[in-house]
Amino acid sequence: MSSISDPAVQTRNVVRHYPMGESLIRAVDGVSISIEPGEFVALLGQSGSGKSTLLNLIAGLDRPTSGAVLVHSRDLAKMSSEELARYRRNDVGMVFQAFHLIPSMTITENVELPMRFAEVDRDERAQRSRESLERVGLGKRLDHRPSQLSGGEQQRVSLARALANRPRLLLADEPTGNLDSRTGEDILNLIRDISLSMGMTVIMVTHERVLAERFAQRFIFLADGKLVSEEVRA
Amino acid sequence: MTGYDLLDLAVRNLRQSKLRNGLTTIGISVGVASLVAMLSLGVGLQQLATRRLAGSGLFDTVFVTSKQDYRGFDREDDAKTPHPEQAPVLDEGARVKITHLPNVTEVEPEIRVMGEVIANGETHFGFVTGLPMSARENEAFDNLKGKFFSSDNADEAILLMDFAKELDPKAPTSLIGKDITLRYGERQAISQDSSDQAQDVGGTNTAGSSGDDYGFSVVRKQQPLRVIGLIEQEPYGGMRTVSRGRIFLPVKTTERLNMAQFTDMRSSLRGASGKSYMTLTVRVKDPAKVQAVQDAINQMNYRTFSVLDATKSLRRFFTVLDLFLGIFGSLALAVATLAIINTLVMAVLERRREIGVMKAIGASDQDVKKLFFTEAGAMGFFGGILGIVLGLAIGKAINFGTAIYLTRRQLPAEPVWIMPLWLVGAAIAFSIVVSLVAGLYPASRAARLDPVQTLKYE
Repeated sequence: MSSISDPAVQTRNVVRHYPMGESLIRAVDGVSISIEPGEFVALLGQSGSGKSTLLNLIAGLDRPTSGAVLVHSRDLAKMSSEELARYRRNDVGMVFQAFHLIPSMTITENVELPMRFAEVDRDERAQRSRESLERVGLGKRLDHRPSQLSGGEQQRVSLARALANRPRLLLADEPTGNLDSRTGEDILNLIRDISLSMGMTVIMVTHERVLAERFAQRFIFLADGKLVSEEVRA
Repeated sequence: MTGYDLLDLAVRNLRQSKLRNGLTTIGISVGVASLVAMLSLGVGLQQLATRRLAGSGLFDTVFVTSKQDYRGFDREDDAKTPHPEQAPVLDEGARVKITHLPNVTEVEPEIRVMGEVIANGETHFGFVTGLPMSARENEAFDNLKGKFFSSDNADEAILLMDFAKELDPKAPTSLIGKDITLRYGERQAISQDSSDQAQDVGGTNTAGSSGDDYGFSVVRKQQPLRVIGLIEQEPYGGMRTVSRGRIFLPVKTTERLNMAQFTDMRSSLRGASGKSYMTLTVRVKDPAKVQAVQDAINQMNYRTFSVLDATKSLRRFFTVLDLFLGIFGSLALAVATLAIINTLVMAVLERRREIGVMKAIGASDQDVKKLFFTEAGAMGFFGGILGIVLGLAIGKAINFGTAIYLTRRQLPAEPVWIMPLWLVGAAIAFSIVVSLVAGLYPASRAARLDPVQTLKYE
């Protein structure tokens, strides 16, 4: 891995508390991690352990209550909401358990959507979305709608969309959660291949340790919002 | 996001719920149509009234009288003039001065005298009135039988149809081209040293104002005239003459004949120097300049009157009418505004997840806000256009209906509903603005949505 002085993602004692009625939910409670560029890291833990909240903090979808989230040395906590949007648009690609494709759009249009926000030229948009979809093996179904595709295919579209603006960081929240194990494996293979060819850092939230062990280089275990342990694949 | 993408996404989203957005758009169009229909009615009625008044030739006219005359019409002004006999008379000098005021195109004296017409051996009494050449444009001459005066100095007469019927009950139009004789009283000035000898001033002393005359005699004269035209109604609605004229001569001809006028009596009592005018009719280049000319003449200490005084209240009336028509018209649009808010709030609720996804993949709060704004604006735009079409249809129906009504009452059909081009543009712009205002709340609600909450997997 590259130099320790410039990690891709670093959290410093990051805290995220939610008020829920009278009580306070300590979703993330003082977590410090460091992820190197190009690393494939799995965030593991039971549901409610805070792994998704941590991922949302790194994705710039949520803001920490305290502490710092540094992505390529920039502190997300100090960004304006406009800057955060730009960060999500250009630096991060996200893949969700539920795919979150827009059903009324064709898969090409779905992949083009982040490029619309990034104000990419229309011709280039068409070309890049076609390339992305070909890369995930859907080059012949460009005009299909998500409902016409299987779950695995929808997750491939979601991956193509995440890659549209050529991010440095790919964040996957339970990407195989809605898929059977074989399809899940296919998707993770695809993610690993693409991340290797594009030099992307991948952070994947999952609770399937077996699957994680086959793809991730490092495992970070969370429980009750705290870092429990870190393991490097042997 | 670029404007194109915003519009593209907005229209795409609107088409997702065709029925709901279609109904909302129709709601807006009904609102716009009612507003446009009402305001166009206001415009139409105002133009109708203005057309009638402008045709009367009174809009660009100032009437000037001496403060010595016509006391009692304006008590406020009378109170300011305790010695009317000292006020300046309306003489040739005043006329020249007024002629030279800026924006004045014509100054003609009001000449109205009693006369007798001898035709077919019979004598008929009638008032003789002088008309300027500009009277040709007056609506009274729209259906002139025969011709207008060949020059402002011709020995020609135009008769009122009623008077012509009196002269020749069977075929009044046969009078056109015939000669008649006018008998009238000529004013002949008497100089102080030859008071017993009437001067023959006749056609030479047009102004009739030798500075030292102290009286005049009225001498019966006769003048042959050729009847050249007949008119149905009196020009200027009889406004220019206190009592109705029935025999019209070119104004220069009446001046040349030096007819004795009523005011001559008053001047002779005061020993005023020479001939004066009862009323001067001042035509102004542009109705907008009437007030300035009126002020300038008031400065010269004459009394003025113009219908501008009357149109001021007319304009106030139409402003108030427009306001109320606008308010009633806007009510439907206000209801439509609620429909937009409702539709968009529903859309925000339905598209919660979609909004969250858009934010997660890079849309800013502003992008989301703009998208909903554009959707609102697009509904306003389409609603506005549809509303104009609907409004036009309503207007056509109103005009058609009034035309039938007017025709049945033997009145000429006139449009009472006029949609000016500015109203088309303004209505669409207003519709968009109102829709954008309606979109404010839903758009900011959409922009505030927390992506983490909306993307939670259920």
